[in-house]
Amino acid sequence: MALAETITGADRAPALRFPRATWPTLGRWVSPLVLLLLWELGVRSGLIPPRVLAAPSDVLATMWAMTISGELPSNVAVSLGRAAAGLAIGLTFGVILGLTAGLTKTGEAAIDPLMQIKRTIPSLALAPLFIVWFGIGETPKIVLIAIATVFPVYLNTFAGVRGVDKRLVEAARSLGLKGPSLIFHVILPGALPSFFVGLRYAIGISILVLVVAEQINAQAGIGQLINAARDFMRTDIIVVCLIVYALLGLAGDAFVRALERRALAWRPSFVEG
Amino acid sequence: MSKQILQSFPAETPVQPSVRLRKFSRRFGTTNVLDGLDLDIAPGEFVALLGRSGSGKTTLLRTLAGLDAIAEQDVRVPAKRAVVFQDARLLPWKKVWRNVALGLPGNARDAKAKAQAALSEVGLAHRLEAWPLTLSGGESQRTALARALVREPELLLLDEPFASLDALTRIKMHGLVLDLWRAHRPSVLLVTHDVDEAIALADRILVLDKGRIAAEERVALPRQRDAEGRSHGLRRRLLAHLGVETPATAHGDAALLSFPTGEVVS
Repeated sequence: MALAETITGADRAPALRFPRATWPTLGRWVSPLVLLLLWELGVRSGLIPPRVLAAPSDVLATMWAMTISGELPSNVAVSLGRAAAGLAIGLTFGVILGLTAGLTKTGEAAIDPLMQIKRTIPSLALAPLFIVWFGIGETPKIVLIAIATVFPVYLNTFAGVRGVDKRLVEAARSLGLKGPSLIFHVILPGALPSFFVGLRYAIGISILVLVVAEQINAQAGIGQLINAARDFMRTDIIVVCLIVYALLGLAGDAFVRALERRALAWRPSFVEG
Repeated sequence: MSKQILQSFPAETPVQPSVRLRKFSRRFGTTNVLDGLDLDIAPGEFVALLGRSGSGKTTLLRTLAGLDAIAEQDVRVPAKRAVVFQDARLLPWKKVWRNVALGLPGNARDAKAKAQAALSEVGLAHRLEAWPLTLSGGESQRTALARALVREPELLLLDEPFASLDALTRIKMHGLVLDLWRAHRPSVLLVTHDVDEAIALADRILVLDKGRIAAEERVALPRQRDAEGRSHGLRRRLLAHLGVETPATAHGDAALLSFPTGEVVS
């Protein structure tokens, strides 16, 4: 009875309950908005000179102008093309190496040591060598992205293959599956969730490496925009480019999420949703 | 007594046994898991294999399933066999009917039709397109049964398939397994450590201990055996083989209890 009264009592004051329930979500927007406001006020009042940092409103205006003129879309397309090409190569090699190492002991013995050695060398540190080898055109940028993205894809594919539930493999074998059909029906689908983790890392890394690779004497792309803007102290353009990089990262994540929703529809989190 | 039955068994049945093991041994490291084991299962016979943990019953089942290498030992099993494991072991990324149809020869349309028929038989016609992770424990095991039956096995191996089910579901599953067995007549080897389950289902019960068949009981009672305690003496003896002593007076069938170990109940 006391419980029922408490519930009724709470129902009588819905106005009090509503903000308490939504406050944490709304609350998360407050500090970023305050920061933006302070930033805007700082620039407008002259406290922050525009060559140090452009006001958010100016950044938005610049972004709009660059979009209208086609300058931004064309350069984003160039950058995206680089990231996609490097990622595609890295993905292909990562999957092939990961499957080979995962499916065969010989493959593991041959490939894994090399990949572990490669892992100890930060990919970005290879940039000077690649410039010597490939010059300053598109090749070193794409190779750098490919090299950097191979490892997370390799590692997670390898771990995914090895992590497939042995009991399921055994059950499938008892149903007469072996060789290619066992790999196709059991091992590859079983390794898929882990592969997606690797893909997500690889997309993040591809954008990170893109940022650095594009500083290598690029003729076009976001990196070239930043370099040019730096020379003219156009901080508004620099911030626009930073926003674009962030959006690329978000888009990559959303892309993997959409893929997962399709390919991993059997997982309970998606099944229930 | 049990030894005599084993030796005379092939002579008693003119038909070729469906399963035949002679002096089968298997060791892991220094321990003999199975030690000179002889086993025959007649076509269409329902055999239950009782044993404590570590008695080698799972090893024996894996051998018959072809999951372990047999290293040129005298083992004869039918080519068409299927296993139902304790955990249903459905591939979570394949819908129920695809799990059932997995590895079936022939074209996809035929495979689906067969899977559908098998699932109807276990009462899951409405779950064809479900994801395995949305099934209940009983539904998963019924799917696993359908997946085994769709292959029309001559030997059906059941590895404690009902152990993780609740008591009510288990009773229903016992009925289902008996119905399916009567309809298709495979030889069945049921591995279990549930004495009552063995009594309820099997034609013959083997007790495995230290890698050998320690006892054998033929169950000649009509099925629905748990009623009125008629199987109590059998139950007590089987429990004794498994190292569990039970009071002898509970059901008042003292006459049965006085039979020596290995006596056939009828």
